[in-house]
Amino acid sequence: MTEMRSVIVIGSGPAGFTAALYAARANLAPLVLKGLEAGGQLMLTTDVENYPGFADGILGPELMEQMEKQSERFGAQILPVHVTRVDLSSRPFGVWAGDQEWRTETLIISTGASAKWLGIPGEEKLRGRGVSACATCDGFFFRDRELVVVGGGDTAMEEATFLTKFASKVTIVHRRDEFRASPIMVDRALANPKIEVIWDTVVEEILGDDAVAGVRLRNIKKDEGHELRTDGVFIAIGHTPNTALFEGQLQLQDGYAVVQEPRTFTSVEGVFAAGDVTDTIYRQAVTAAGQGCKAAIDAERFLEHQAHTP
Amino acid sequence: MANIGSVNDTDFRSSVLESDTPVLVDFWAEWCVPCHMVSPVVEEIAQEMGETLKVAKLNIDDNPDATRTYGVMSIPSLILFKGGKEVARVVGAKPKDAILRDVQPHLAG
Repeated sequence: MTEMRSVIVIGSGPAGFTAALYAARANLAPLVLKGLEAGGQLMLTTDVENYPGFADGILGPELMEQMEKQSERFGAQILPVHVTRVDLSSRPFGVWAGDQEWRTETLIISTGASAKWLGIPGEEKLRGRGVSACATCDGFFFRDRELVVVGGGDTAMEEATFLTKFASKVTIVHRRDEFRASPIMVDRALANPKIEVIWDTVVEEILGDDAVAGVRLRNIKKDEGHELRTDGVFIAIGHTPNTALFEGQLQLQDGYAVVQEPRTFTSVEGVFAAGDVTDTIYRQAVTAAGQGCKAAIDAERFLEHQAHTP
Repeated sequence: MANIGSVNDTDFRSSVLESDTPVLVDFWAEWCVPCHMVSPVVEEIAQEMGETLKVAKLNIDDNPDATRTYGVMSIPSLILFKGGKEVARVVGAKPKDAILRDVQPHLAG
């Protein structure tokens, strides 16, 4: 049996839950399809110090739990399912999670972004055996070991700093001669006695048979290669938007869902996008939440307009 | 009954390595959020695969030996054991069809 909805939200990070909250309070009975990475990227972090309203900070998972509860309180229906297909060719849109099917008048896409991989030899093979993109998930396994973190942004600084809780030494390998991370994060990382940096260098290969044994590096300025012994490699080079579901159905740019700023309208009428799936510039939890609110209001107005148009 | 519950360092050999039926071992920990997403999926797979597959959970906090022996450095890790050997491994939270894709080819029938 196919269920008909007014609003379906795909994704359950700050954008998704804020959209659900606003849609619920507008009496639209939104359905949230949480996805496999339920809670979004904040589930993979510990202390969130820059989400406004929390003077002492809050744990990522706790913040997401609060957001979920809040949207539920006002009537959002939340399902722990993973969307496998959508059909945006006509309204009401089709949404499938395996065999379950829904039809919806409006769709809010807030599927976020996932960690990018380097795509170098050894990376795929050794994933889970020393190669990871999530320090909070896997740092535990590297007590008193040596680690390499690849990247130069806030994620890399955060991952490296977090990993010093377990590792004896963390070496950040970055392809440029300065970090793009925010100054406070850079300062914290560089001040940490367990952290060292190798600049102007890329990782060409991750070495090891059953587990990570080392990395093959190349200094791109001097064009010199060398190998570094290590027990684990954490990739922190950025994120890629989760838009595979929408390929060929929605206008995308470099994988990001294109929206008509300042609105959240996508290339399909009745489909709205919010958060890291569409944001190439800011990518913060609070900007995602803000955009989620916009998407819900955009959806609400769209539905009102539809109701009053013969 | 395909779901044989938990296994540990002590009974790993008898329950997993010496099993005639392939066993999918779900390496997890309480503090691992993606593990909680994957475990219900593994349950579903157990029910669907019936007699051709057994599934079991191994808590890595309580069982460092099996964790170290099989080089588990990221959780969730699902390792399929057949004839006492690892034949497939799925690392990270994946949807059911992705897990089945790697697991099914090794099962009878």
